[in-house]
Amino acid sequence: VSPAALPAREIALVDLLDRLLAGGIVLAGDITLAIADIDMVQISLRALITSLDAAERDA
Amino acid sequence: MSAATYTYAVARPFDPAQAAGLVGVDGAAIHLVSHQDLVAVVSPLAPAAADEAALRARLETLAELEAIARAHHGVVAAVAACAPTLPFRLATVHRSDDRVAQLLRREHRRFRETLDRLAGRVEVGVKLYVQRAGASAGATPVAGSARVGRDYLRYRREQRDQRQQAWRRATAAAEQMDAVLAGLAVDRRQHRPQSAELSAAPGENVFNAAYLVDAGRAEELAALARRLGAENPQVTIEVTGPWPAYSFAGSEHGERT
Repeated sequence: VSPAALPAREIALVDLLDRLLAGGIVLAGDITLAIADIDMVQISLRALITSLDAAERDA
Repeated sequence: MSAATYTYAVARPFDPAQAAGLVGVDGAAIHLVSHQDLVAVVSPLAPAAADEAALRARLETLAELEAIARAHHGVVAAVAACAPTLPFRLATVHRSDDRVAQLLRREHRRFRETLDRLAGRVEVGVKLYVQRAGASAGATPVAGSARVGRDYLRYRREQRDQRQQAWRRATAAAEQMDAVLAGLAVDRRQHRPQSAELSAAPGENVFNAAYLVDAGRAEELAALARRLGAENPQVTIEVTGPWPAYSFAGSEHGERT
């Protein structure tokens, strides 16, 4: 079974973000975003919710 | 401000021809930074995109976050198809390839150990949903009808009770399923239940877990999860993957920072 078996377009963003924002090995990069990773999760999810709200209003 | 280096993953060495044409964030071509028996899979990040404020602003914009996340995953999935791969958290950025090489030297042992643990294994995601309260057929009091007042309060109370009962049943079902699936898996991680706003989900997400399995058993685990879900009409199961082992890239006893 290849991990690439699932075409990218079929992957829900929310499933991807579970893994990319809460998974993956955390290393302090030179640009300090990685250090504030918990904040980043919250910020990103807030961005997601806000954007979806806006999209619904527009629809 | 100079260009920076975005790292997707560390992997066991593989034929670079297999990564030919692979592009990452902002369409930048991928290259490898090597140190002994490890390679870091990286791409350059343009100077304008490479400071914290710029990167943070992008991650706070849904379209940009999605583009970066999909680009990141595209690279990790392609590399994972070639060699044992240790995925990095989204947006790990260093000042240069040299800084990434230093990272490989400094964390060599930890990277090797983790790659050994993940080699030949994939992650399968399993989510369990319970139908949203109110989604079931029922007599919703019609606004403007004579019965509104007290009937409405009773209706709300019943809805809440039904919801709690359904949630308890679903949680119990999830625990049973989890115990069975964990028997097939090498390891498991639980993610936070997904917010209903974030997806066109078939109900309310009660349980959201990832299982690390030998690649050859991924189908078996997925089929078992679907079968257990089908046996229980109260819940809906959704299986995702197989994924590169994102949820298991941290240390075995929780993540270190």
